[in-house]
Amino acid sequence: MATNLPKTDVVVIGLGAVGGVAVLPLVNAGLNVIGLEAGGWFSNRDFAPDEVRNNLRDWPQQVAKAKNEIPTVRANINFEAVQGGGHPMMNGVGGTSLHYWAQSWRLNPWDFKTVSATSARYGAHRIPENSTVEDWPISYEDLEPYYDRVEYAIGVSGNAGNINGSKQANGNPFEGPRARAYPMPGLRSSGYTDMMSDAARGLGWTPFQGPAAINTEVYGDRPGCFYHGYCDRGGCHVNAKSSTAVTTIPEALKSGLLKVVTHARVLKILNDADGRVTGVEYLLGNQVMFQPADAVMLASHTYENVRLLMLSTSQQFPNGLANNSGQVGQHYLSHHQGAPVIALFPKNLNNWYGLPAQGVAIDEWADDNFDHSDLDFIGGGNLWTYTDRKPIAAAKMSTFDKVPNWGSKWKAFVRENADRTNVSYIQKTTLPYRGNYLDLDPQVKDKLGFPVIRITAEYKDNELRIAQFTQDRMEEWYRAAGATEIIRAGLGNAMGASTHAYGGTRMGNDPTTNVTNAFGFAHESPNLGILGSSVMGTSGARNPTLTAQALAWRTAEHLVENWDTITR
Amino acid sequence: MSDDKKTRADEVEAPIAPSLSRRNLLKGVGLTGAALMTAGSGSLSAQAAAAPSGPQLIPVREAFETLTALESATLDAFASRIIPSDENGPGAHEARAVHYIDRALAGAMSSSREQYGAGLSSLEDYSLQAKGMSFHLLPEAEQDAIIEAMTENALTGYSILNAGFFNMVRTHTIDGTFSDPYYGGNRDFIGWDLLGYPGVRAIATPDDVSQGSLLAPSRQSAYDMPTHLKDPVGSSSSSTGGAANGH
Repeated sequence: MATNLPKTDVVVIGLGAVGGVAVLPLVNAGLNVIGLEAGGWFSNRDFAPDEVRNNLRDWPQQVAKAKNEIPTVRANINFEAVQGGGHPMMNGVGGTSLHYWAQSWRLNPWDFKTVSATSARYGAHRIPENSTVEDWPISYEDLEPYYDRVEYAIGVSGNAGNINGSKQANGNPFEGPRARAYPMPGLRSSGYTDMMSDAARGLGWTPFQGPAAINTEVYGDRPGCFYHGYCDRGGCHVNAKSSTAVTTIPEALKSGLLKVVTHARVLKILNDADGRVTGVEYLLGNQVMFQPADAVMLASHTYENVRLLMLSTSQQFPNGLANNSGQVGQHYLSHHQGAPVIALFPKNLNNWYGLPAQGVAIDEWADDNFDHSDLDFIGGGNLWTYTDRKPIAAAKMSTFDKVPNWGSKWKAFVRENADRTNVSYIQKTTLPYRGNYLDLDPQVKDKLGFPVIRITAEYKDNELRIAQFTQDRMEEWYRAAGATEIIRAGLGNAMGASTHAYGGTRMGNDPTTNVTNAFGFAHESPNLGILGSSVMGTSGARNPTLTAQALAWRTAEHLVENWDTITR
Repeated sequence: MSDDKKTRADEVEAPIAPSLSRRNLLKGVGLTGAALMTAGSGSLSAQAAAAPSGPQLIPVREAFETLTALESATLDAFASRIIPSDENGPGAHEARAVHYIDRALAGAMSSSREQYGAGLSSLEDYSLQAKGMSFHLLPEAEQDAIIEAMTENALTGYSILNAGFFNMVRTHTIDGTFSDPYYGGNRDFIGWDLLGYPGVRAIATPDDVSQGSLLAPSRQSAYDMPTHLKDPVGSSSSSTGGAANGH
């Protein structure tokens, strides 16, 4: 039997990018919070510039719980789902915000109103067939104050493009209006990014440095970025990366109201006869604990959010917590961020140091920033090229069909070209569709005997057409900058497991098509808040983390302001 | 081929590295002779040089963790054809890529151990049967012909010697040649010099970055940085570690 613990105000499941943010407004309101985290603490001493460990061996993902819960994947129901080689997320205080690229975008206002804006401009028939996309229940303007809070609480660097409607030089001309500038200027440029910016201007485009949760100057007690080049899947050796482990979580701990329980594996969220959640059962070592609480915030990333709800069955919820609607797991999508273009230049690019967030963005071909009247898709992609090169990856560069991939000719080729290639990163509008969903795998189980998540999802025509279109634009850009060889990767098919995983507990006013309400609380279980990109109904053409963090802050603040109503 | 790269590759063969990594010093990996012990400016080497009349440090030969003698010889010959030692400098053999693979097969890559055992032994079987000689003793041209056939799935009767096996060995040979030396390969930074990678450092200034491959190599493992020592007793309290080195 479980050991019953004293009741607390709020339990937060998962202290990663979103749970780690939500704890701060909760303790600031004087609430007692218990944070259950499946991993442990890391320090900057753990984050060596080590390509083998970070990029070949997936450390630190390999040290904890997620590696035993790797989702299975299939494109559609005609295939058997196969378990992937690794889990995209990690456990640990700070979660994946410890080692992510830290690109910290706000979504474009269009992403919140894809259906109505598309219908108004081009007609409702332009919404792709079989897409289940809805307008968000909130607008960009509703979320703006929370974007602002998070940018200042964790520390985001960037160059504003639009302050209260006034366009700013050097920023993104297409961004929604913001109340004030970023707390820090953007990451510095390099010879390579300057070359790409010049080429973009030559094409009549507007290049700009994208925003990053990385300090560019001293912010609080943390230094600016050292640009050493091991940011991709690496934590920061000087704490310049603004993970929640070094920002909002320690800030919340100062209140004395947050208790962190590490290595806590949450098994189930329990509910009462009215369908309200009563607390969380978790495994600590070999002991099962029950932590009662007035409210529960589920913040364990899309796959585990959906899995925990589905595993939390009860008399009231035979198909999983808050799932009598059957909507848990629906409207799932993984971001189309593949299908890169690879370029070879005739000179060294000096890209040995730098980071994936230090790059140049082009937004002309993203969202609805261009006229789609004569095109066969809606949405678009953000073009991103960046500085980041590590030796093993450099040696594995494409040979551009010029030499065999081994022997003396290969060696001579790599020796000459290791610093002359670049791979683009293009994030594309991705929509939810009927037939793309998450459920529990009928066969594959974790080490405790619980089923893992099964992903059944594939990109549809709209995503593949964006991929084709944006590859054309990317090739144009590389060639304008002097690239002599270009390779385009395949356009993609199955949506694999991804850090950019959306939906499954979508947010919306209609309880028959959405799991949570406009504030992130479950329609069917009003004191259960759900945090993370699982509440997002569209991806936009840029990284999800800042938006998920802003939503988490908003959900936490809503709980604080409506405590009596929500907790009764 | 740029001249600067030629110069650097030549330096690989020079007997004295600008500074000695702690690990290489302690294990004597690839270092021959007391001359090396007194070279460089690292504090450890300085201590070693100053040590009065103590027993001379003997270079330690690393045992293979899991590969047999024949397996290691076959694999070394194979890896040496993937990244040969040639006019562009030393290759996988000199970088000790096989030591990297061996150590990995005993740990992080243990799930591939069986595949290596079966593949390497088939390669030996084929070589003895078709050429009457162990693979590692064959002339390079004959080794190349066998590898070429392997990449084309053309070794009839030896289906395990296919492009998949080749790709696995190629991947791990590259990993071992270009990895941080901490993992047993990339001896004396042979791999990083080949690429023109100036090495891990705690900080890269705009000036460092703009020098590209002309920047003086750092010649250190990530774990030579005080920030990342795993020994809690010996660790530095500095939060910037190697950043103090010249910046």
